Amino acid sequence: MDWANLTQQLVNGLSLGSIYALIALGYTMVYGVLRFINFAHGEVFMVGAFVGLFTHRWLKPLLAGLPDIVSACLVLMAAMVVCGLLGIAIEAIAYKPLRNRSRLTVLITAIGVSLLLCYTGQLFFGSAPRGFPDLIPNATHHLPGGATFTSEQFLVLVVTILLLLALRTIVLRTRMGLAMRALSNNPTAAALMGVNTNTILSFTFGLGSALAGAAGVFFAMLYQAIDPFMGILPGVKAFVAAVLGGIGSIPGAAIGGLIIGLIETFVVGYSNTIGIPSGYRDAVAFVILIVILLFRPSGLLGKSEKEKV
Amino acid sequence: MPPAISLARCGLLFLALALISCKKPAPTQDAQEIVIGEFGSLTGATATFGQSSHKGVVMALDEANAGGGVLGKPVRLVHEDNQSKAGEAAAGVRRMISRENIAALIGEVASSRSLEAAPIAQANKIPMISPSSTNPKVTEVGDYIFRVCFIDPFQGTVLAKFILGRGWKNVAVLTDVKQDYAVGLTEFFKETFTQNGGQIVSDQSYSSGDKDFRAQITSIRTAKPDAILVSGYYNEAGLIASQARELGLDVPLIGGDGWDSPTLVEVAGSAMEGNFFSNHFSAEDQSPVVQEFIRKFRAKYNEEPDAMSALGYDAVNLLFAAIRQAGTTESAALRDAIAATKDFPGVTGSITLNTKRNANKPAVILEIKDGKFRYVETVSP
Amino acid sequence: MKNHRAHLLLLAGLVGSLILGWMAPELDPYATNILVMIGINIILAVSLNLVNGHTGQFSLGHAGFMAVGAYASSLLTLAFAPSVQQSPALQNLLFLGALLGGGVVAGIFGFLVGIPSLRLRGDYLAILTLGFGEIIRVVIQNTNALGGARGLAGIPPYTTLFWTFGLAAITVYTIICVIESTFGRGFLAVRDDEIAAEASGIPTTKYKVTAFTIGAFFAGIAGCLYAHFICFISPEGFTFLKSVDVVVMVILGGMGSTIGAVAAAIVLTLLNEMLRDFEQYRMIIFSLLLITLMIARPQGLFGKLGRKKAKRAIP
Repeated sequence: MDWANLTQQLVNGLSLGSIYALIALGYTMVYGVLRFINFAHGEVFMVGAFVGLFTHRWLKPLLAGLPDIVSACLVLMAAMVVCGLLGIAIEAIAYKPLRNRSRLTVLITAIGVSLLLCYTGQLFFGSAPRGFPDLIPNATHHLPGGATFTSEQFLVLVVTILLLLALRTIVLRTRMGLAMRALSNNPTAAALMGVNTNTILSFTFGLGSALAGAAGVFFAMLYQAIDPFMGILPGVKAFVAAVLGGIGSIPGAAIGGLIIGLIETFVVGYSNTIGIPSGYRDAVAFVILIVILLFRPSGLLGKSEKEKV
Repeated sequence: MPPAISLARCGLLFLALALISCKKPAPTQDAQEIVIGEFGSLTGATATFGQSSHKGVVMALDEANAGGGVLGKPVRLVHEDNQSKAGEAAAGVRRMISRENIAALIGEVASSRSLEAAPIAQANKIPMISPSSTNPKVTEVGDYIFRVCFIDPFQGTVLAKFILGRGWKNVAVLTDVKQDYAVGLTEFFKETFTQNGGQIVSDQSYSSGDKDFRAQITSIRTAKPDAILVSGYYNEAGLIASQARELGLDVPLIGGDGWDSPTLVEVAGSAMEGNFFSNHFSAEDQSPVVQEFIRKFRAKYNEEPDAMSALGYDAVNLLFAAIRQAGTTESAALRDAIAATKDFPGVTGSITLNTKRNANKPAVILEIKDGKFRYVETVSP
Repeated sequence: MKNHRAHLLLLAGLVGSLILGWMAPELDPYATNILVMIGINIILAVSLNLVNGHTGQFSLGHAGFMAVGAYASSLLTLAFAPSVQQSPALQNLLFLGALLGGGVVAGIFGFLVGIPSLRLRGDYLAILTLGFGEIIRVVIQNTNALGGARGLAGIPPYTTLFWTFGLAAITVYTIICVIESTFGRGFLAVRDDEIAAEASGIPTTKYKVTAFTIGAFFAGIAGCLYAHFICFISPEGFTFLKSVDVVVMVILGGMGSTIGAVAAAIVLTLLNEMLRDFEQYRMIIFSLLLITLMIARPQGLFGKLGRKKAKRAIP
């Protein structure tokens, strides 16, 4: 049993999984209150990465004296803020006019927004991948047993956990969070109780998008290349993660993300042993989706919604 | 629905037909100018290939026009960008052939896109010269298809010999299974390498567009190779080098001419130091032809040329030489003239096209040192 | 009365394709390119319309069925092409066989995808079909016998204008006949109100699966035509973005309107070509079109959103 390989693949899987988890949170939060899949979420992730890139370029000369961690935090915050605002803007422009239409109409609009963001990105940035710099000096550390992890992977893991805790606090301990939960439970009753639907919806979108923006910066840091189409696959996989965990459930989304990251990494890492070519990595998430939808559509932590006639 | 609308639909169809169809233009050779078609990836994942090649092509064209044209006529270039996407090369080439009356076709850098376009060029009897597609299948499509570079069986052998020459007997292979170029190169490399005593200790694959190679690299690390062959294009090669160093894998990485791009070092930074790749030409070659080319390129574009530019330049100049030799742009005569090219003094070496319409040329090995490509050695066929 | 229209269309379509076929050698190859793409897109749009528009099942995986048809038919023709090289009549026969083969295999996949649809609605179904489309693509990409990621080249160029438009006419005719038949009313019932339909005794699962199967069959035929025209296919040509292209056609034309689908296919193919020089802006324009359409006129060009109300027998 090759422990070094195993632990290394675990480390790799957790890094990938944290990113999926952060994106999945946005999907699940929006679905919880609006019951619709925000297809454009993956593109918000992409925008976060680009914002990170340009903020870093702009900030670097200004902050030459300070430790790198400061500029890394500023870059992260910039990405989160911009993406949060972007999410709010998308909701206001594209989804709000369709509040009372069929879900299908909104879904199609979401696809339209997603494509618009991708191709506008291509217009401005070109489709060739761009390098993303190291935000902090990226040292390699060795774990007992031979596995390695880098400073950046460590940073990603730590900040993801912090963000998850922050989100949990917001949702469980603040009035906004209470309103969000109320809206997700029963929109009509919530409105009757004085919850301002518009504000809460905007807030939800903003929060979810900010997390996606953070995920974008982390992905760019870990994988060092960004391009306008980078959001499509991670976006769909994160959606699968949200479904896996139970759509509407925040801890579910986080767990779902980690599980998918791990399974994907293991399938590729052990591809020779299990006999599945590593090219199938992208199919892993879809196979999981099919299995979940067929056998436990409410997901791991979700409640099964009975359809009332 | 009343029959009126169904008739309207038929009307719509025939309107569409009438609007866009016209008779096939008769091929004319006595036009006032010579038109050359170029197709390449000016945008998209492998944009630097197309852009570099295009610069070389344009430079050759401008030089020819400044010197009074070819056969006394000015030369005009039409080009199609296939955005590095499959399927687009075929559409673009079809368009150039039917709309622009091109005499010859230059392209492509990537073997898979050349393979797409070659059958169309062959069927329409338009001579096609690929500047740098190295997969042998390209010229096998037909006798109107040529190339001015070496082919992968040779390149694979070059790499195998270089690696064995350095004493690296255990090698891991990481191949981009989405590209004909990479798959072919790996195949030929493995053949020569194992025949001469080498051992493949790990065989992994990835796809163009992948960003995360940690899983494959981790598996390779377990196998403890002396060196790793990364058979693919520069984007992924750069990322692989970065991630390999991050995972503590310090052995040298070796690649083929698909690595040739400034983006390679841009993406990977210092992770690329000490790696090697085979290429068509080195900017450090002191021969007057090469230095002259570099000087002119620098003056025109304010940047250093790479192998793709040099090959694009050579392809066009070889074409012009053949046109002058044949005295016409008529397709069969032109084809024969190109096929008869012997000892053409190209920037990338002396080019003679053999019976398979490939060029027998030496390859160079380059090392990445201080962010630059440094010449190591030349390997002749 | 209704069948009149369908028969008229079929006749017009077949005559049109005969004329085009006869004119073919005289036509500019670029124009031929566009016309063939129009024909293929008509087949794709009309077949997807059956699933999305008439049955109300939002499928985002149509490109997967097209891929299956393209590959299955290509394998057939590649295997037998050398033996029929001499005789054009035999070549056409082979092509017919490949078309049917491709369509049938695609139809089988459609059947398989339709089955899970029994438990899923709306958004979930959309993602599931997207997933299936992607799985099909990834499997092709990793199967060397299908050419893998590098694609399948050297496919014999059997597609002609006659075949393309003849098949387009047949597709439109078939779909119209299916929808307007008594059996076909079931599709519309499923779309309008699935629970009521189920309660009325209509076997909704059977209808949904049938819709997917028929839709996939024709998508497979479109795939076969495509493969034998471009003569090179690779998994990259059948991604989710291709499915979205077809979805945009269906939506623009109006979900549930066959004529709309045809019109939209023609318009969008031409638009595509005209914008080719502005490739960078093309998809931006398309996505803006989609968004504005959904906000301003979700029923598309020919769609009838209020059909439910209009067709009530008793006011």
